[in-house]
Amino acid sequence: MFGYSIADISNILVMQGFAGLSLFSVLLLMALGLAIIFGQMGVINMAHGEFMAIGAYTTVLFSNFAVKLDIVQSYFVFAIIAAFIVAFIVGYVVEYALIRHLYKRPLDTLLATWGLSLIMQQIFRSSFGAKEVSATLPEWLLGSFKPTEDIDIPINGVFVMVLAAVVTAGVFIFMYRSRWGLRMRATVQNRVMAGAVGINTKMVDRVTFALGCGIAGVAGAAFTTIASTGPTTGSLYIVDSFMVVVFGGAASLIGTIASAFGIAQAQSILQFFMTSSMGKVATLLTIVVILMMKPEGLFSTKVRK
Amino acid sequence: MNSLTNKLLGGKEGIYALGLLAAIIFIAFPLTLDLFRLGLVGKYITYAFVAIGLVLLWGNGGILSLGQGMFFGLGGYAMAMFLKLEASDPISTKIQTTPGIPDFMDWNQLTALPWFWEPFHSFTFTLIAIVAVPAIVAYIIGVAMFKRRVGGVYFSIITQAITLILSILIIGQQGYTGGVNGMTDLKTLLGWDIRTDSAKYILYYVNGILLFGCIFVSRYIMTSKFGMLLLAMRDKEDRVRFSGYDVSSFKIFIYCVAAVISAIGGAMFTLQVGFMSPSFVGIVPSIEMVIFAAVGGRMSLIGAVYGTLLVNFGKTMFSESYPDLWLFLMGGLFIAVVMFFPNGLAGEYNKIKKKIPFLRKIAGIDSVEKAGDASATEKAATEVVEVKVDETATDGKSGLESKGATT
Amino acid sequence: MSNTDFVLAIEDLTVSFDGFKAVDNLIMYIEKNELRVVIGPNGAGKTTVLDLICGKTKSTSGSIKFKNQELTELAEHEIVRAGVGRKFQNPSIYENLTVYQNLEVSYPVGRNVWGSLTFKRTAEVEERVRQVAREILLEDFLDMESALLSHGQKQWLEIGMLLMQEPELLMLDEPVAGMSAKERDQTAELLNRICKNRSVIVIEHDMEFVKKIAHKVTVLHQGKILAEGSMDKVQHDEKVIEVYLGH
Repeated sequence: MFGYSIADISNILVMQGFAGLSLFSVLLLMALGLAIIFGQMGVINMAHGEFMAIGAYTTVLFSNFAVKLDIVQSYFVFAIIAAFIVAFIVGYVVEYALIRHLYKRPLDTLLATWGLSLIMQQIFRSSFGAKEVSATLPEWLLGSFKPTEDIDIPINGVFVMVLAAVVTAGVFIFMYRSRWGLRMRATVQNRVMAGAVGINTKMVDRVTFALGCGIAGVAGAAFTTIASTGPTTGSLYIVDSFMVVVFGGAASLIGTIASAFGIAQAQSILQFFMTSSMGKVATLLTIVVILMMKPEGLFSTKVRK
Repeated sequence: MNSLTNKLLGGKEGIYALGLLAAIIFIAFPLTLDLFRLGLVGKYITYAFVAIGLVLLWGNGGILSLGQGMFFGLGGYAMAMFLKLEASDPISTKIQTTPGIPDFMDWNQLTALPWFWEPFHSFTFTLIAIVAVPAIVAYIIGVAMFKRRVGGVYFSIITQAITLILSILIIGQQGYTGGVNGMTDLKTLLGWDIRTDSAKYILYYVNGILLFGCIFVSRYIMTSKFGMLLLAMRDKEDRVRFSGYDVSSFKIFIYCVAAVISAIGGAMFTLQVGFMSPSFVGIVPSIEMVIFAAVGGRMSLIGAVYGTLLVNFGKTMFSESYPDLWLFLMGGLFIAVVMFFPNGLAGEYNKIKKKIPFLRKIAGIDSVEKAGDASATEKAATEVVEVKVDETATDGKSGLESKGATT
Repeated sequence: MSNTDFVLAIEDLTVSFDGFKAVDNLIMYIEKNELRVVIGPNGAGKTTVLDLICGKTKSTSGSIKFKNQELTELAEHEIVRAGVGRKFQNPSIYENLTVYQNLEVSYPVGRNVWGSLTFKRTAEVEERVRQVAREILLEDFLDMESALLSHGQKQWLEIGMLLMQEPELLMLDEPVAGMSAKERDQTAELLNRICKNRSVIVIEHDMEFVKKIAHKVTVLHQGKILAEGSMDKVQHDEKVIEVYLGH
């Protein structure tokens, strides 16, 4: 096949597979946030990519300070937390100012958040410049290790993956083991009833939205370890992330994980054998065709309506 | 006046509105603008086709496609392929490695014309393709989505993904499509030089006439029972279904109509501007075209034309003098239209006209008859429940004041 | 009496949602010109039965025959065209259209794309709309935007929209919910009038109202038929009393 030996192919698969895992991790973090906002609240947030960019820029700012203060080796953990907090706060404000007025008009929300994304992109451009910026990474994130002679696995990829795993576990615990998660799910299932038993559903909405944005911020922090950030970085990921969420079945977190994995792997491996753009076309086309045949996504349950 | 003409013109108010628009497009612009500016207006008007399609599909049908740029592109590229072949005759391309094929193919080491380019030697085929290809694509997407009851935001997201696929494909397949530069250096249409001043004027008028043709077709649809069903479906889809209608076939049809109208705009774009490129196909132009319709008023065909012109004038003005501000403004426009002016310009007009005696008169607000067909539209224009009840209490007769919303 | 004499014959009908049987081996027959009322506690599967008949929900197994035609294989709009009309629990009308337009849209001509594009408002349509409007007491409101109607009037309008189609089987889900006492009486009269030449299935909680209209009552409980017969008989049925009062 394509003039590669069997050993080459397997090495390529492992390395591309691993490159796919980094992409998977970023996509997963993006999609988790979206899955919470879209899956739980039914809100389409077209500015989700820009919340990721907020996280990325926050990390870059932190790294700039870290370089001055000479704490490059240890700042990154704080940067992740800060990325979450900043994106969370901005999300909270956006929900209050914009989203809450549009809950009954999902198509309009889509347009309004698109407008928001344009504004945010321009803010990034005005404050950080049109050029891409990158964070100074601590040394322990650089380099790679070689399990065999021909296989080269970058450490930042592993780090991003671990981060994604931790955040995913955190989201699961939050959604299914905490009181907040319970309130959130209750509100989704029956808003009126949830209100009647004393849940502040408006507050739940706000926190849910902000939480989704916060996770996008973490995705942005993770993103800085594998690429540099520009004003339109977020928008490059938005369609992919929506595809992940829809493909997985909007309300299913497991589905989100599975589909993020599938899409990232397919894209990454196909891109090695075809041109980069054709790999993306093939992946997206497959998803669209599958979605046309099974519009409810891969993971969904039959419910009594 | 017989009832069909009356329907198409939209009554007395409709005639005034159409007349005003015609006067602006056919007389005022050509008289006051230099040829360069007029060319810009012509370009904007081609976007207005897309906006009109969106009025049908989104305003009336409640189906938000974020992929109308795709159809604009299909029409535009079909026309561009014909023109490019005509511009690539063996004599003018004799310095190429393979003469007789478009220059970008030669640059990409293609040595023969791809099979799907062959039929575009024929102008008849090209004209058919401009209408048929988008219709078929829309039909396939429509059947796949609407038969399975994919609607709302899912439809929007998936059409957006399909648009992304198409634009990546166009950019990625340079040898077949001209890649990111698009198809440039288009010169003649059946031997007629489209770059001369007179050709530009003629194309501008053809474009305007086609626009009015599309407005009439759309208005016919909106005022027929089909149009009423579209509104009904947007409101209570299940009720329509359980009244014996195959909802999906109606949605597929209106999606195809919107696609074809957009494609005609695309083809006219290529003719007037002299090139076609992927930057008019992708996600961003597609969603911007939605805002053209929204600014004009998502329910109003004529409003959509004004909305398109206005936003594009703004864009040209601002991106010339304050490029940084433009994105803020555009973003703000999206938010403001959705939050504060869900009925756009047409909605504002309908509010104002009640206060101006002349407008009241032509809108027939003071007359007692005519309550009939149009009463639904203004209210329908938004999901926001307006304080309609108060208006009814003061005005006495509900529905009359909204007569003009179909204009 | 063979199955073919019934307007509607439901046999062994079952639907399960992830193992939960909302309707469980249901058997029910509706005769010509019969007005049947289905009652039962919340979650008994009443609305689900109507959903199954009109095709909104697909059955897991069993058969629904309408005038000997199997409905479970038809699409929703085909079921309607076969002659089954259904009113939803919450009045489902087109709020942004006038009363006239609501009725006109329901007129069973021009039901495909082409037909709707060429549909003309003839004198015949006009006459039919007025006739139905008279029937549902909305003749004076024809030009009013239907969003402005009272809740009860909206219920009537939806019934009127169904009458436009002249269905042979009419299914009404809680038609008097939200109505005043006077409106309830008027609705009872309306139902007694319109069941003259068609069969009607009504789901209702209001027992006074049920008494006024029911020819026969079916009590559903946990997806099964608990009792069936005249109102009087059902009211004194031990099991029914148990279900309604026992818990």
